[in-house]
Amino acid sequence: MIERSVAAFLFVLCTSVWGQGAIDAYEFESEDQSKRYSALIDEFRCPKCLNTNLSGSDAPIAADLRRVVYTLVIEGKRDDEIRTFLQDRYGDFVLYDPPMRVDTIALWAIPASLALLAIIVIVMLARRRRVAVASLDADAQARLAVLLSERDPP
Amino acid sequence: MSRASLFVPLVAFVVLVGLLYAGFSLEDPHRLPSALVGRAFPAFALADLNAPDTVVTQSIFEGQVTLVNVWATWCPTCKAEHAELARIHDEEGMRIIGINYKDDPAAARRWLARYGDPYERHVIDADGLLGVDLGVYGAPESFLVDQHGVIVHKRVGDVNRRVWEAEFVPLVAQLRDALASKAR
Repeated sequence: MIERSVAAFLFVLCTSVWGQGAIDAYEFESEDQSKRYSALIDEFRCPKCLNTNLSGSDAPIAADLRRVVYTLVIEGKRDDEIRTFLQDRYGDFVLYDPPMRVDTIALWAIPASLALLAIIVIVMLARRRRVAVASLDADAQARLAVLLSERDPP
Repeated sequence: MSRASLFVPLVAFVVLVGLLYAGFSLEDPHRLPSALVGRAFPAFALADLNAPDTVVTQSIFEGQVTLVNVWATWCPTCKAEHAELARIHDEEGMRIIGINYKDDPAAARRWLARYGDPYERHVIDADGLLGVDLGVYGAPESFLVDQHGVIVHKRVGDVNRRVWEAEFVPLVAQLRDALASKAR
C-alpha cells in the first residue's frame, strides 16, 4: 500500500511541469494582440531575476507583470506606452535595450573608443615597419639584393 | 621593440582584472535604482486591513512624514525587521503605514496580533497592483513619504538599525525640520 502511494507520488512528481517559464492561459481578441503580448514579455527583464525575461521567469513578480502587460494589451495600449508604463515603475532595469542618455553614454563610448584605439595602434605598427624597410642605405640595399639572389631558386 | 614594452600585456591584464574585481564588488546587482524617488506616491483606493469597509487613499500622507512598509506574512525578512519597525515607532514617533502585499488578510491579522502592530494602519494589496505601481519586486520594501505625498527614499530589503540610521534618519530630520518651520 505504501509502495503504491510512493509510486503515485513519484508519478505526479515526474509528470508535473516546472522550471520551463510559465504558461499562462490568456485569451486575446486577436492574433495581433497575442503576438504583441508574446513579444513584449520576451522583451522585458524580470525585476527579481538578473538575466531572465518576463516570459522565462517563475518569480511571482514576473507572473504579476505578465498579467499587467496582458491587461494593458487588452486595454488597447500601444507597445511604447506599455514600455513607458513599466519603465516608470521599475526603471531602466526592465529594459534589455538601454536608452542613450548622458549617464548611459559610456555604454556606447567605451567600445567605440577602444575600437578607435585599436585602429590607431595597427596603423602605427604598419607605418613603423614600412619605415624600417625604407631606411636601409644604398650599401645595405645592395647587400640585401646579393643575399636574396644567393638563395636557392624555389 | 624595447624590453619595457614586453610588459604591456601583463599590465593590461592586471588592469582588466582590477576593473572586473571592482565591477563585481561595486554594488549589489540585485538592487534596482528606484524610478519613483522624487515622484508622488501612486494613487490608490484600498481596503483597511482592520476595517475592510473603509477605503484608504493616498490622501493619508498629507501633512505628515510617513514610512510606508510593504510586508506579508509569507516573507521571513518582514518578520526579521518587525522589531526595528516597532522601535522606530515607539522611540522615534515615526508614523508607519503598512501595505499588506499579496497576503491572506486573516493570516495578516493573526500575525499582527502575535507579533504586535506598530503600524497606524494597513491597506490590503491583495493582487499586488499597488505593488506594481510602486515598483515593488520583493517584500519587504519601505518608502519614506513626505508631507506632500512625495516619495523621498526607497529601501529594498529589511530596515535594520544600521540602515535606518544611515539612510532614513537624516532625511526624516530634514523633513521634520521643514514641517516645524512651516508651522511656526
